[in-house]
Amino acid sequence: MMAFQIMNGLTFAALLFVVASGFTLIFGLLRIVNLAHGALYLFGGYVGYSVGNLTGSFILAGLGAMIFVALAGLVLDQGLLRFVRGFELRQVMLTLGVAFVLNDLALVIWGGDTFTVATPQWLQGAVQIGGLFYPKFRLFVLAVGIFVFIALWVLLNKTRLGALIRAGVDDAEMVEACGIDIRRVFLITFMLGSALAGLGGLLGGTFLALYPSADAEILVFSLAVVIIGGRGSLVGAAIGSLLIGLLNTFGQVWFPQLAYFVIFGPMAVLLAFRPLGLFGKAA
Amino acid sequence: MTSKTSTTLRILAGLAALVLVAAPLAMPTYYVSVATQILIFAVLAMSVDVLAGFTGRTPLCHGAIFGTSTYVVLYTATVMHMPLPLAMLLGVLAATVLALVFGLLAVRTSGVYFLLLTLALGLIVWGICLRWTEVTGGENGLRGQLRAGLMLSTRELYVAVAVVVALVTFAMWRFVHSPFGLTLRGIRDGESRMASLGYNVPLHLTIAFTASGFFAGIAGALYAVFNDFVSPSTVQLSQSVAGLLMAIVGGVGTLFGAFVGSFIIIALEQAVSSVTERWLMVLGLTFIVIMIFAPEGVIGKARLLMAGRGQSKTKP
Amino acid sequence: MTKLTTDRRSFLKTSTAFAAAGMVSMPAIVRAQGAARPIKIGLLAPLTGVIAAGGRELVEGFEMYWEQVNKEVAGRKVEIVIEDDASNPDTALQKARRLVEQGNVDFLFGNILANTGLAVANYVKGTGTPYFIPVIAADDLTQRTRIPNVIRVAGYTASQMSRPLADWAYKQGYRKVATISQDYTFGHEQCGGFLQMFTELGGAVTQQFWHPLNTADFSPYLGQLANAGVDAVFAMETGADATRFIQQWASFGLKGRIPLMGAMNATDQSVIRTMKDEAEGIVSCAHFAEGSKEPATVKFVADYEKRYGKLPSIYGFSHYSGAMWVAEALKTINGKVEDRELFLKTVLATELKDSPLGSTVKFDAYTNPIYDASIRKVEKRADGKLWNVPIQFYPQVSQFWKYDPETYLKQPPYSRTFQGKTG
Repeated sequence: MMAFQIMNGLTFAALLFVVASGFTLIFGLLRIVNLAHGALYLFGGYVGYSVGNLTGSFILAGLGAMIFVALAGLVLDQGLLRFVRGFELRQVMLTLGVAFVLNDLALVIWGGDTFTVATPQWLQGAVQIGGLFYPKFRLFVLAVGIFVFIALWVLLNKTRLGALIRAGVDDAEMVEACGIDIRRVFLITFMLGSALAGLGGLLGGTFLALYPSADAEILVFSLAVVIIGGRGSLVGAAIGSLLIGLLNTFGQVWFPQLAYFVIFGPMAVLLAFRPLGLFGKAA
Repeated sequence: MTSKTSTTLRILAGLAALVLVAAPLAMPTYYVSVATQILIFAVLAMSVDVLAGFTGRTPLCHGAIFGTSTYVVLYTATVMHMPLPLAMLLGVLAATVLALVFGLLAVRTSGVYFLLLTLALGLIVWGICLRWTEVTGGENGLRGQLRAGLMLSTRELYVAVAVVVALVTFAMWRFVHSPFGLTLRGIRDGESRMASLGYNVPLHLTIAFTASGFFAGIAGALYAVFNDFVSPSTVQLSQSVAGLLMAIVGGVGTLFGAFVGSFIIIALEQAVSSVTERWLMVLGLTFIVIMIFAPEGVIGKARLLMAGRGQSKTKP
Repeated sequence: MTKLTTDRRSFLKTSTAFAAAGMVSMPAIVRAQGAARPIKIGLLAPLTGVIAAGGRELVEGFEMYWEQVNKEVAGRKVEIVIEDDASNPDTALQKARRLVEQGNVDFLFGNILANTGLAVANYVKGTGTPYFIPVIAADDLTQRTRIPNVIRVAGYTASQMSRPLADWAYKQGYRKVATISQDYTFGHEQCGGFLQMFTELGGAVTQQFWHPLNTADFSPYLGQLANAGVDAVFAMETGADATRFIQQWASFGLKGRIPLMGAMNATDQSVIRTMKDEAEGIVSCAHFAEGSKEPATVKFVADYEKRYGKLPSIYGFSHYSGAMWVAEALKTINGKVEDRELFLKTVLATELKDSPLGSTVKFDAYTNPIYDASIRKVEKRADGKLWNVPIQFYPQVSQFWKYDPETYLKQPPYSRTFQGKTG
């Protein structure tokens, strides 16, 4: 029973990580708290749903979701955010406006019905580990979460682009002074972060379903993760996801009446004493 | 800004305020209701502006503080059968205490972190209202007949609200222009400088936060009487966003801009929703346009234009 | 929305006079004179927000009826003004105010979410505007805190339909049941009705899970349900929570292992329409079943499907029937909607004969309809679409089941802490 609930917490954490890692990358490097991240998640889910229905392929659905949302990120960054560069609060409020527009747009395009992205044949059903039945798809989500973590770690720590991003998180002006086009690094990061939201939308759309307020709900979870983990920190996002995922699961089992308090209470206390989160660095 | 333009502005604003206050009385009752709502939300927006405009800290929890007062008023008046004035007093008190707690937790942060922390604190309030069903009525909320009990017609209620709002506005105006308010602006413009001058910055910010919560609480108590109803949607994030948006649209740091912001947003909603149900989209677009083209808000923009430097300021 | 320039009071007077004229002359003549002002209905529907899909169907069902009768009743044209309540009670209240005070509607109709309905009901309590609520199921609106001008045409109270289901469950041999439900009044009431009935029969409800609305992940509950050692589970879920619950229930392998019963909203078309096999076999109880073989139902379902390309949900059905109910009453009083007292009295006295249910429906003494309820099972239609097919009937189910209303009303309303068991 305990093992089962731990698995539940871990698989939920894996989904949160996929979504929140994109969020924290953008927050870390571009200093943008992208409140449209939830809406991008929802769009990713819906596009994945549509592509999956058209092609019958889960892989294509995933690619479609990621590419579409990455392009949406491109438009958002180049079309709108460029006008408010350097103004933290204006950026936040602008992305909030974008979130409203996207949310309503999704309602216009897909209607308000609750959709679930079809699980591919090879991920249906449950596997038995010990005496435990566990859905294959949730294990797949866990695997994707771990894969994304490793891939991002390698990208950030072993590639030139990653080095630039890390340097940018610490001091963007310095990187620019070195004659590097930091704008392009910014844009790539923004698209990558968005694509992760799209991927999250596809995964979430499969087991959490897609409906008109799903964007706000996942956004609140991602915010909690990033606040706890600290701006721009990959490890922070991973630990934040684990914490929120497990708190959410065990909170529901042990303190069902306190559902939200269990998540936001510790977060508020942490933030009050460590305003930058567990792994955040001062700007 | 020259004193001449500022005088002109003040006269204009005063005239506009007078027209705004008097005009609805000649209109059908529905518009009187809308006008009442505009006034109540203007107070909420002003309470946001006290923080955002005068301490440089932008909060996203004022909907929760506002709604807490609404909840307490309806609970004490309807469930505990307390007299309305006492209920309203308790509502404002609850909001003030809540703001004090929030302030103590939040004042050490600034910028985006302040925004996020207050957002999280607001979410806790929302979660409690949603889940503490025995007291808050959960999703269904609390209903009362406070308005009927007052025996006020829509117009009379409007006049009563207008009087309270005028008093509160005056109090806020005095607050931000007091020596204390000046210190706050000093903190906004140079926190470390003020600290090195020996000012206790966290204490000042906590007091400002508490005062701002007090004002939001008054708006919330008025809202309880106006709506006779409260549910978690009154304390949810979108309420905090609405308050902040109104403050921004009017012009952060202008205080009275809140009236303009409140009027524009609510009137726009009325106009848009009679043609289409795409209000959310229009609201989002408004947000985007304001952030890109007029982040100073309507009053701020007007001041800039009158000072003849509007163009240079729109682009960073 | 059209703006009326005429002063409301004189406007009402003239139109009443015209309506009175309509009583003696033929409706056609009145029309020819262009005399009677249209009857104006304010329809509140959540067209945006979390239950937007349901809101659209509400409008569809309502409009379908009125278009079938050429938007005309008792010789008067019918004008429908639709307002979006945004699935939010504050907005609902504001829009109701607008419809009543600015739109001068003759009566209000609609809303889906209980909190929006309760907010509007609280408002019309003061204005006296007739307000019809085919979906708002809060028990006390027809029990302890009735408002004379708020009438549940073609609707039901939350606890009404879970009692026959409990009876059926007991007869299936289930003795131990667990419930899982959204933690709000609608859920407390449906579970309360189920639990009270089931325990009175001799069964036991061993565990009750209450989760917040919009629970993203049901897995913590599913783990506990799987190990609860019960014969069956009763799930009270709406909207996205219902979709998620049923879907996760299947993916955790509980489908087929533990029999699943649902509240009618858990297997409503609005939920199962987008699902595949997961929902098959879930049993629920309702007055309406789109898979019924009753000719009136078959015809309604076929018409609806032809028109909108989908099977009707409870929202579409209820507003279609509700519109019909009010229209029948208006026919009886020759369209004299201005006489509110007469209008409300007539609606309550009207027996609905031609609704898609096929059987006659009337109000009990507490203004809630009495229905022939059916136990329904989710099955696959020949074309692969899921629908609810009746498997057993319970005639004449009222909101009080077989209890004496007065005795029943002495017990407290259902809540998380009171589920029908005293002591």
